[in-house]
Amino acid sequence: MKTNVWTRIAFVFLLLLIWEGLSLGKIWPSYVFPSPFGVIASMVAGLEDGTFVRAMSASLQRAVTGYTISVLLGIPLGLAIGRFRLARETLGSLILGFQTLPSICWLPLSLLWFGLSNRSIVFVVVMGSLMAIVIAVADGVRQIPTLFIRAGRTLGARGLFMFVNVLLPASLPSIVTGLKLGWSFAWRSLLAGELLYVTVGLGQLLSAGRDLNDMARVIAVMIWIMMLGLAIDKLIFTPSQAAIRARWGIAESEII
Amino acid sequence: MTLEMRKVSKSFKSAQGLTPALDSVDIAVERGEFLCVIGPSGCGKSTLLNLFAGLERPDSGEIEEDGHTITGPSPHRALMFQEAALFPWLTALDNVAFGLNAAGISKKERIAKASYYLALTGLADFAGRYPHELSGGMRQRVALARSLCIEPRVLLMDEPFGSLDAQTRDNLHEELQSIWEKTGKTIVFVTHNVREAIILVDRVLLLSVRPGTVRREFRFDIPRPRHFEDSGIAEAAREILFYLRDEVRLTLEGNE
Repeated sequence: MKTNVWTRIAFVFLLLLIWEGLSLGKIWPSYVFPSPFGVIASMVAGLEDGTFVRAMSASLQRAVTGYTISVLLGIPLGLAIGRFRLARETLGSLILGFQTLPSICWLPLSLLWFGLSNRSIVFVVVMGSLMAIVIAVADGVRQIPTLFIRAGRTLGARGLFMFVNVLLPASLPSIVTGLKLGWSFAWRSLLAGELLYVTVGLGQLLSAGRDLNDMARVIAVMIWIMMLGLAIDKLIFTPSQAAIRARWGIAESEII
Repeated sequence: MTLEMRKVSKSFKSAQGLTPALDSVDIAVERGEFLCVIGPSGCGKSTLLNLFAGLERPDSGEIEEDGHTITGPSPHRALMFQEAALFPWLTALDNVAFGLNAAGISKKERIAKASYYLALTGLADFAGRYPHELSGGMRQRVALARSLCIEPRVLLMDEPFGSLDAQTRDNLHEELQSIWEKTGKTIVFVTHNVREAIILVDRVLLLSVRPGTVRREFRFDIPRPRHFEDSGIAEAAREILFYLRDEVRLTLEGNE
């Protein structure tokens, strides 16, 4: 594992070196192609004057709000679609249709409904992440080994008890996969929305950088966005997914 | 009479059309009897148990328990599968207590009863382990305890020891015999292992190749406890194998 980390660090260093070399060559003007030092300085400056923290907390707040709504709606919808034929044939095909629609397409409609407010961006985030969660959860429920259901039935489980004690836990690994996927869609939709509709946020920092011809700043914000996304994935989703997979024994065999 | 099947036929739909699994099967099981059903693979043995369990409905014929038609699964008739089919998200103890939980029994009573049956199958020290932390033999013991814990009148067992090594299987045979002697349950045990059948029971039914029908009945009066090496076992096995080979040969010829 140690050599692995060093390989990665060396790779990043090499990239920085090539980058610095290209910018020293003055092939393009510095506002089009900034040096890595300019970008790092911009990242530090953004942290120091608080613009980055303010933008990040505004963006995260929207993302979390939209994502929470998606989770609360998506899990029950996905469970219903996975379990009931009627829901699958009606809602299921509607959701599949919506999933093909890039979430930013909802922005014009959202602006008409909610006006120039936070709510319209949250709506775009919901539309961006809800479908992914519903589809992953529904697929997960449909793939529950029938053996679990049969075992549950012969032991006297039915109705709500079966749902809560067999179907829900049996589909938990796919629910977590859906939640992870949903988060990445929420994050993308949020930034697409913020770029088009200017208010305090990471998307606005990007637009502002473009307006000021400050490419170092644009790249600095992009790196912040990337690191934030990675951090959330590595700190929240990857560990919980690993824990569930270990407990469910998925690494060893499908059915125990 | 505890369990009775009269003129039961069952077919399954497949891509090739209707595949008959059972054809006009008559079986009667006495209360407290330990019956073995053997037959070549694919003769519909599992279907037979699923019908008794109430997980499948027959195309024609009648299936009754104590004179009442079986219309669905019931905790009075526990079914054990080839795989342990334990719930990976529950500890061994909670798996055993699952049926009691479904029946709405208080937590205190649940734990007391589940602990008792876990101890009966020799797993008192493993109550807090999760299924993936147990060996194959231990998992089948937990599954046995889980079936016994709902205190069914009838225990239906579908080749439950088929995937275990010989040593573990021997131990479980002994335990199952002693549990049967202690509890006096009605047991229907399906296997394709002739010696396993003779060690366990006094009456064996031989099913024909698909579509399965009862081809022959064997009765033994061999003193217990029985062991694989006993001469009486070998003699009885030879007799059954003679007819079983006949059936297997028919299967092979049928496939050519």
